[in-house]
Amino acid sequence: MDDNRSWPLYEVFVRARGGLDHKHVGSLHAADERMAIEHARDLYTRRQEGVSIWVVPSKAITASDPGETESLFEPARDKIYRHPTFYDIPDEVKTL
Amino acid sequence: MSAAADPQAKFRYVLRLGDLSLVLGQRLGEWVGHAPALEEDLGLANIALDLIGQARLLLSYAGEIEGCGRSEDDIAYLRGQGEYLNAVLAEQPNGDFGQTIVRQVLIDAFQTELYERLAASTDERLAAIAAKSVKETRYHLRYSGSWLVRLGDGTEKSHALTQAALERLWPYTVELFAEDDLDRAMADCGLAPRLAEVHAAWDARLDDLLSLATLKRPGDRAHSWHGKRGRHSEHLGYLLAEMQHLQRTFPGARW
Repeated sequence: MDDNRSWPLYEVFVRARGGLDHKHVGSLHAADERMAIEHARDLYTRRQEGVSIWVVPSKAITASDPGETESLFEPARDKIYRHPTFYDIPDEVKTL
Repeated sequence: MSAAADPQAKFRYVLRLGDLSLVLGQRLGEWVGHAPALEEDLGLANIALDLIGQARLLLSYAGEIEGCGRSEDDIAYLRGQGEYLNAVLAEQPNGDFGQTIVRQVLIDAFQTELYERLAASTDERLAAIAAKSVKETRYHLRYSGSWLVRLGDGTEKSHALTQAALERLWPYTVELFAEDDLDRAMADCGLAPRLAEVHAAWDARLDDLLSLATLKRPGDRAHSWHGKRGRHSEHLGYLLAEMQHLQRTFPGARW
C-alpha cells in the first residue's frame, strides 16, 4: 500500500446470472482482496444482483488516455464497411 | 424424545432466540453513519438487518405459540426489560469497533453452531427458521472472524484493544451455554440441541479464530448473569427506551 492511512481502491465486476458476463458495477475501498469481496457482496449484491463477483485492484487497470480519443477512435467512424451489413442472410439462419 | 413441548416453555425458549437477534441487531444499527468506513457502515447494517429479520420470524412464531393475538411488533415494542430473555452479552455497548467485533464473533459463532443443530429440530417451524438463518450467520461469522484476525494480528494498538475487549466480554459468554431447566426441557423433547454440544463446537471454533488472531483466550469464570430469565445489565433499559420510544409515545403509529 502506498499510503497506509487509506485502503486501496478495487473495481468490482458482478455476474448477474450464470452464462452472462461479469459487468463492471463500481468500485470500493478495502484492505485486501478478501475484504474487497466481502465489501462487494455487501455493497453491490444486497438486492440479489449477482451470483459471482470479481474484484480487481484499480491500479492494475491501464486505461486509454481521454486526450487521445481522436486518434484512437475517430479513424473507425467512416469505415462502415467493417460492419457486416452487406450480407444477405439466408432465411434458414435464425440467429446470427 | 418425549411428548411435545409445553407451549408456555416453548414460548419462552423462542423468545430467548428472537430477543438475542433483536437486541444485537438494534445494537449494530447504532453504527449506521458512524462506522470507520462507508463499506463497513453498509456491512454492519446488512448484518443488523439480517438479525432483525431473524427476530421477526422468531417473535411472530412466539406470538402464535402464546395464542393471545400478540404480533411481532407487540412483542418487540411493548415488553419491558424484565420480559426480554436475551443473554446479556447481546446488549453490551458497542464500545470501539474492536469491542463490537469481539461481541459479534462470540455471538455469530454461537448462533451458527446453534442454528446448524436447530435445523434438525422436531419443531418444523423452528427447523425452517434455523435453516434459513444459518446461511446468514455463517456469513456474519466470516465477516466478524476476518475482522478479529485483522485486528488481533494487526498493529500493537489494535491487538491490545481487541485483547482488552475479549477480556471484558468473555465472562458474558458463560451464560450462553449455562443450561437451565428450560434449555433442558427443550432438549429433552428434541426441540432444541443440547447446549453442551453447541458449547464444544463453539469452543473449537473460537480456539481456531483466537490462535489465528494471536489473541489469548481468557479464563472461564463463574457467571452471575441471568438475561435468559429476564434479569439484565443496566444497558438494556437504555437500548429499549430508544427502540420503543416511538411506539410508546404514539401507540399504533404506522408509516
